[in-house]
Amino acid sequence: MEDQIVEKDFGDLAINMGPQHPATHGVFRLKLYLQGERINKIEAFLGYLHRGVEKLTEVLDYDMIPPVLERDDYLSPTSNSLGFVNTVEKMCQIEVPKKASYIRVLVAELQRISSHLVALGTYGLDLGGSLGGGASLFLYCFREREKILDIMEELTGTRFHTNINQIGGVRYDVKIDVIKKINDLIKYIRPILIEYNDVISKDQIFIKRTKSIGVISAQLAQEAGCSGPVARASGINFDIRRNQTYECYDELDFDIPLGTNGDSYDRTIVRMKENLESLKIIEQIINGIPSGDLSSRKPFKSAKLLKPPKGSFYSSVESPRGELGFFIVSDGSSIPYRMKIRSPSFSNLSIIEKILPGNFVADSVTILGSLDPVFGDVDR
Amino acid sequence: MFIEFLSFSKPIFQSITTLILIVAYLVWLERKIAARMQSRIGPYLVGKPHGWLQPLADALKLMSKDDSKPSSSDSLLFNFGPIWVMVVSLSAFALLPFYFDNPMINASLSLMLFIAISSLIIVGIFVSGWSSSNKYSLISVMRSVAQIISYEIPLVISLLIPCILIGSLSFGDIIESQKNIWFIFSPGLGQISFVIFFISALAEGNRIPFDLSEAESELVSGYTTEYSGIKFALFYLAEYVHLFGISVLGSIIFFGGPHGPFITSNLIIVIKSLVFFTFIVFVRWSFFRIRIDQLLRFNWSKLIPISFVVLLIACLTKYFSEFN
Repeated sequence: MEDQIVEKDFGDLAINMGPQHPATHGVFRLKLYLQGERINKIEAFLGYLHRGVEKLTEVLDYDMIPPVLERDDYLSPTSNSLGFVNTVEKMCQIEVPKKASYIRVLVAELQRISSHLVALGTYGLDLGGSLGGGASLFLYCFREREKILDIMEELTGTRFHTNINQIGGVRYDVKIDVIKKINDLIKYIRPILIEYNDVISKDQIFIKRTKSIGVISAQLAQEAGCSGPVARASGINFDIRRNQTYECYDELDFDIPLGTNGDSYDRTIVRMKENLESLKIIEQIINGIPSGDLSSRKPFKSAKLLKPPKGSFYSSVESPRGELGFFIVSDGSSIPYRMKIRSPSFSNLSIIEKILPGNFVADSVTILGSLDPVFGDVDR
Repeated sequence: MFIEFLSFSKPIFQSITTLILIVAYLVWLERKIAARMQSRIGPYLVGKPHGWLQPLADALKLMSKDDSKPSSSDSLLFNFGPIWVMVVSLSAFALLPFYFDNPMINASLSLMLFIAISSLIIVGIFVSGWSSSNKYSLISVMRSVAQIISYEIPLVISLLIPCILIGSLSFGDIIESQKNIWFIFSPGLGQISFVIFFISALAEGNRIPFDLSEAESELVSGYTTEYSGIKFALFYLAEYVHLFGISVLGSIIFFGGPHGPFITSNLIIVIKSLVFFTFIVFVRWSFFRIRIDQLLRFNWSKLIPISFVVLLIACLTKYFSEFN
């Protein structure tokens, strides 16, 4: 009898990434179906960090909601409350004093830098592991971020969840010594950011690991609703600060860095260039901060509740991750009837089923990291 | 009989104790250097000047840990893996003229024997990853076998180049021939073969940028995922023992071994290998990790052809200098 060679297809090897895995940027489960080292298919499971923020807002007064929302995207808290406050102000046609608007933008841009620094640092961990060069990058980025958090503390008394935005204005004034400190920060951090940009963008291993990996074409980015640095790296010139301007961004001069290929490399470089643009904005603000009131409404604890008119309203801001939109339905009472958060991380993350298959296991981590999802923002 | 056994085993125990001590402090040294590179302080509180008792504390902690084992694992192989890795990396030191005035085994082929013994580590790694019955470990050891086997070729060739020029495979002759000038300073061949040696030694020792078998960003912790307590400590120590072995080897083959500027002593080897080790640490804490396919492509398409060309040049140099 002849020996027959039976070729049996054992199927794909399924491995789990997460929810408890060192690489995922939060609690997120990715089931990878591998053929050797290549990914054939993926399944993504969301919802491990679902805290019911949207439902919670249905029982809170409008003035109580911003602090809750700051826990949503926990790497750039102010942009959440800024988006919400903006939407409510547009609903009720509340004027915001010029000074308040400037301070809001100042804090938002500072947090954009800190958020992008975290994105870069954790991307280092994805690329190099926590026991190698990635850890060095991570710690350097966090050292710089600490300086920004110190300024936040000086400004608002809180390092992270600043809670500076309230409907009608801001809560805290920018004092002279804070402006001096921000000036020092700009002088300190600009050469450092430029240096990081130079070091990273010329690092051969970095280029090998990220160039033409996880390419998102402009069309795919538009179809999936990507926004922020992810969309801009694909060459889509869309920035809400420019295209649907809010607060005082129309008075400020800044560029919008764009990528060309839409790969992981471009996304990282776009973020680093955005840092420099944010520095430019901060410089303009602290040089030209107008005088005036901090808020057009009475202080926060006034007895009179805010009751927006009946109807629904949507508006969005540019969070460090992209278009952060708030859709509020009001029935005329002091609490929202329904609020829907359009989170940038969720839309950016939805693309992974398209771009991960065909890559290596190691790339699944770096592609996920280059999208910079914050799972508080994805699951809400 | 017993006395004979004691006199036989005394140097073995002595050298193992010394090695373990050195290696424990290598870990401390690496943590300190890494901390300096990352603008941190590093271990500080355990032991007064700069946490010098930290290695002891770590060892005690790991020994007192619960020894857990996945229920579906192959118990015999699971325990065999770390022991094998540790034994092999320690026994490679029997050939190195590092602790005693003479190595414990003085063979005329000691370099080849050293490479042969230290390349057996992969058996332990593979066995432990296979028997863990964990998918991360499995992928990790698959990578690890491909990586270590392919990087053995340039490593051996880069070590053969000095041997061909010197004309001997024994450490004694290699050291003797570098009395006046270290091999690293021999024009052209010395530097190229050192670079090849350094790259493939990093890959052999599973260090960043080539630590693909431990890639904790995707494979959690590779083949050590399921290990805990003292077994994990064995793996950890074995990695550093192996690395120190590579450092000693490098300092003997390329940096003149015990020949210092003023004195000739085996202490000089230790100092040189510490410098070599520090350099490896610098590399580790400043690079990202490359991907497995890039690693293998780099090896087979660049490193191995270059090393063969250099080997050929070395042979021709030897031929023309000896026979013409």
